[in-house]
Amino acid sequence: MGEPRQRADREVTDAGTIPAKLRELLETFDGIEDMEERMSYLVSYAERFKTVPASVAAPPYPEEARVPYCESEAYVWGLPAEGGRMRLYFAVGNPSGVSARALSAILEKTLSGALRSEIAAVEPDIVNRIFRQNISMGKGMGLMGIVERVRNLARAPLPSKSTP
Amino acid sequence: MAAISERGYAHPEVLVSTEWVEQNRAKAEIRLIESNEDTLLYGTGHIPGAVHVDWTSDLNDQIRRDYITRAGFESLMSRIGATPETTVVFYGDKNNWWACYAFWVFQLFGHTRAKVMDGGRMKWEKEGRALTKDAPNFPGTAYTAKERDESRIRAFRDEVMKHVGAGRPLVDVRSPEEFSGQRLHMPNYPNEGALRGGHIPGAKNIPWSMAVRPDTGEFKTSEELRSIYSTGAGLRADQDIIAYCRIGERSSLTWFVLTYLMGFAKVRNYDGSWTEWGNLVNVPIEK
Repeated sequence: MGEPRQRADREVTDAGTIPAKLRELLETFDGIEDMEERMSYLVSYAERFKTVPASVAAPPYPEEARVPYCESEAYVWGLPAEGGRMRLYFAVGNPSGVSARALSAILEKTLSGALRSEIAAVEPDIVNRIFRQNISMGKGMGLMGIVERVRNLARAPLPSKSTP
Repeated sequence: MAAISERGYAHPEVLVSTEWVEQNRAKAEIRLIESNEDTLLYGTGHIPGAVHVDWTSDLNDQIRRDYITRAGFESLMSRIGATPETTVVFYGDKNNWWACYAFWVFQLFGHTRAKVMDGGRMKWEKEGRALTKDAPNFPGTAYTAKERDESRIRAFRDEVMKHVGAGRPLVDVRSPEEFSGQRLHMPNYPNEGALRGGHIPGAKNIPWSMAVRPDTGEFKTSEELRSIYSTGAGLRADQDIIAYCRIGERSSLTWFVLTYLMGFAKVRNYDGSWTEWGNLVNVPIEK
């Protein structure tokens, strides 16, 4: 993998909106011009995907955690963490959903534990920067739905603490 | 399931079993081609010796909504090391939707040495057969293709309009919910941009899945297919038939079934399908 290629237009848009880990990874993807190399890189992420631990959720997963219109049957959970942060967890039900597993692994690696405000600012179109020509319109929309659900979890009001 | 040769198909030579592929995959004149909905799937493991043909980037034009040109097809065949004498064998996920789609595109360029592996990737995996991550590297070839010929197997919207006017048969292979207009997309899939729901007037709803055994992914026998398409839906082998779905992938499978397994003489795939018809201004739609 070569050095991340800097793109001035991206720098302006990304600054202050995308968490640093995700920004760095997006810059790496920006620098991958070879389609086979991009696919291989994505597959390596898919292979590192870890399903939500049973302590957070166990199958059958609840429908409310499911990403709408994602054919790969993706699920996302967000648990509040200290300092306004959020831990993210994912599951992908379709064994052929390699792209969904790759994206989920990327989001888990780069966003989980970040500030909710930062996660909430991530745009679904990062999917196009990550996958570029490797997805169809329908697949892209399903994957963007995963990012959208992550955003929505970060934007949702925290559950109120129960009083004794 | 009976052997392919015993299922009564009109052209059994276009369908091969997983066992046949196991026995023949290493032959120089055979080129295995995997085509999937999720284009990353090939990279996680594929049949040894299989090349990847990505329906989005290899078969479609990257600017227009159309297929590759003759030059593009020649370049593709060179990349996968195929000559006009090479027998290409397609397989893939989703019950061979994209395998049949690729098969259909190859027929636009007249590469008739083509087969589909019955049961697709699912059956190969269920049987515990070998997969590898090693991509083969075949020497490039100088392939001279025929001009793309759409007249026999591809239908465009104006032809569909005339077809509707003439009362000729249309087969809508989408789910009943899409056919009725209850949904604008496949269950669990996003809406890829159709503004209206329903179906082309006069179309019969015969979902693609009716032609396939859900447990193995294999095509049903000729007798079973006749009960669905002929006895059940009233289609005849001598009719001019157009099949469509959402973007032409599921209908490629039905086109394959009607043309090769049942031996229907003139079946065309309307690849514009519902993502075109459902957006056209002032065309008739039924719900």
